[in-house]
Formats: sequence, structure tokens, C-alpha cells
Amino acid sequence: MGRIAGYRRPFVGTQPNWLHPPYVSSIKRAPKHDPVHMPHTITEVTGPVFERNIIDVKAFDLTKQHKGEPLGERIIVSGRVLDENGRPVRDTLIEIWQANAAGRYLHNRDQHDAPLDPNFSGSGHTMTDSEGRYRFVTIRPGEYPWGNHHNAWRPAHIHFSLFGPAFATRLVTQMYFPGDPLIPFDPIFNCTADEKARNRLISQFDWETTMPVQALGYRFDVILGGREATPMEQ
Amino acid sequence: MSLQSTTSQTVGPFFIIGCTWLNCDGIAGPDVAGERFTIEGRVLDGDGKPVLDALIEIWQANSQGKYAHPEDPESKSVETGFRGFGRIPTDDEGKFRFVTIKPGPVPGPDGKMQAPHLAVSVFARGLLRRLVTRMYFPDDSRNSSDYVLGLIELLRRGTLIAKKTANTENLEWNVVLQGDGETVFFDV
Repeated sequence: MGRIAGYRRPFVGTQPNWLHPPYVSSIKRAPKHDPVHMPHTITEVTGPVFERNIIDVKAFDLTKQHKGEPLGERIIVSGRVLDENGRPVRDTLIEIWQANAAGRYLHNRDQHDAPLDPNFSGSGHTMTDSEGRYRFVTIRPGEYPWGNHHNAWRPAHIHFSLFGPAFATRLVTQMYFPGDPLIPFDPIFNCTADEKARNRLISQFDWETTMPVQALGYRFDVILGGREATPMEQ
Repeated sequence: MSLQSTTSQTVGPFFIIGCTWLNCDGIAGPDVAGERFTIEGRVLDGDGKPVLDALIEIWQANSQGKYAHPEDPESKSVETGFRGFGRIPTDDEGKFRFVTIKPGPVPGPDGKMQAPHLAVSVFARGLLRRLVTRMYFPDDSRNSSDYVLGLIELLRRGTLIAKKTANTENLEWNVVLQGDGETVFFDV
């Protein structure tokens, strides 16, 4: 049988190191040993397949999960999921979670003194279409304080979780908003050495998806690991 | 065309609200063939403290060594409903627990079969990227010739092999993020 074509490894500096001391939580959780490099085997080039019928078709709209409308500014977040070779990643699961408009998560360990919104839970999921496109309707999350350092505030962000076609392509990231003054001070945003790679986490305001009277549109494309060229048969 | 992968960011402390709908600690239902195990463990930080906000994800083949994925070329069957995916958040004591079957061996890069293993992703507040590791099964003679275990210095290999417990159906496997007994993680 032929050798397995693996997935590309990230370019230098475009992914964070585990240890990033300005992000205090990384100090006791980052491994001390370097990770052991291993070739991709059948285990890494396969990964969980989620059938379209497990998706709640309403879960893309975080503003319609309760009786009333959530407080805050309604927004559309959409984009494409592509691989590093520029090919659409179709039928892949995307999960998101976020704070409400006041900067509060619906979680018992979130002690921020800001109100919960009975009409907003802050989680959603969807699946990309045949062109790798996805679309969420939500509200713009609020910034919130955290205990990392004196007067620390997280910029507004939405958490994204993606699977892609293989165990090797699993990705969890965060999407930010253009013009947010907190971004340059955020140790989590700044954990990636490569400035261009970092800045790709900032979504772009998008007239095309902005809906008159309804909602501003933000575009956020996600790139997952691309396949290496298929090796020659042995 | 060449793009660069989107940079990873931590799941943060509140991922539960986004991930719960897909939680799965019963990876193999009763109709799935194979030797059944309950695997329990804890995620620990560099001070030996339990990590209460970690998420473990499992990816594995069935007992015949077949992945429920279209790229697995083996002409073996997969039981209906077997996805091979598990997702288990740690509890307030940093513990996780899941039930599954021991996967069969799958081909390795050296042309030999790999020892039965689970592929594991670890996410947590404080982890800016996921950590990738593997769990192997105790008392399996195939461990000694496994290609991936062979990449690891001998003293650390044991961190990837679950421990037997008094109950033969229960295995214990801890994930130590840092320090003494630090689990081996992989660059994949």
C-alpha cells in the first residue's frame, strides 16, 4: 500500500507556543517538554464525521433561541472555510460560543458583575455548505474584565471550533472585531508571533452581508491545514 | 494557491456553553463489538492541581481497526452508529471518564501495524493550542513494536499507557500537562 499523504505543518510563527507568560494561565499548563514530532498515520488523516442530520437547523441563529430578542446589536457573522490549498472545506461542523452584549457568559464560573440576558445563551453551531460557506446570526459580544493583570479587559470576541476532514485539522480559535481598541493589549490575541497571522483573526466589516435595517455583517474566513501532495506509490 | 492555517486560540474557561451539545462519554454503544473499558483519569497542571476546565476529545477505530471515515482504505465494516468520537469535559475535581471499546490495530508508517491506541486532543483555559497525545492499552505486546511509541524516549513512554486497576474493565490514565510525569504530547 502507498504511503499516506499527511497534512501540512504550520508555517513558523503562525501558531502560538504553548507557553506565553503574558497569558498567566499558560504558565502552569504549558508542557515543559517540546512536543514529539510524528508522521501522520491513518489515525491523524482521518477524523470524526458528523452527519448533517445531527445539526439543529436553527442553531445558526443565536438571536432566536428564546421567547424574546436578546439585548444588543444584532450582527451577521459569515465566511468560508478553506484549506491551505484554497479548496473549500465542505460539510464541516462549526461551533461558536460567546459572551452576551454586556460581556457576561452564561456560565456559573463567570463572576463578572454584568447582567445575564434571559434571551441569550451564547452558543450556536452550523455546517459549511458545498462551497465551504457558513453564516451565523448573533449579537455583538461585549468586552469584559478578567484577572490576568491589572485592569485587564478582553476585546470582544467569538470562540470558533472547527473539525475539518481529519484529526490533524482540528482547530479552536477566536474571532475579533475590526477597530476594537483593546486588541493590541490582549495577551491572548498577541500570543502568535507572526503579526499577519494574528491580524487574520480580526473579522472584516462587510457591506455585502449587511442587511438593511436588520444587522451589520462581519466576514471571517477560516483556513484549516491543507493536504500534502500525495506521495508516490512505493 | 497557498494559504496559511488560521492561528489557534485558547478555548478559554467557558467552552462548556458551546460544546455540551456534542458531549459524548459513551464512544461505543452496546451494539458495538469489542473489549469494553471504562477509562478514568484526571487532568493535572504543573503544580499537580486538577484542571477543572479542560476538554478531552477522543478519536479511535473500531475493534477491527477501521475508522468511520471515508479515507480509511481497509475493506472492513463499521457498526452503524459508531463514530469513534468522544468529547468529555473534566468535572469539578479535574476528572474525566468515558466508556469505549479497545480499537483494533491500524497500519503504521513503517508498514507494520500500530498498537491499539486512542488519539486524544486536550483543550483548556491556558492552552493556546490543543495538546495532542495518545492513549495505549496496558499488557499489549504490540506496544513494544509500535512506531509512534518508538519515537519517544523510553522513560516517558509509560505516560501514554493506561494503568490497570482492581477492576479489569477499568483503566486509569492521567493527563499531566506539566512537570513530574508530564504526559508526552505530539506535534501533528
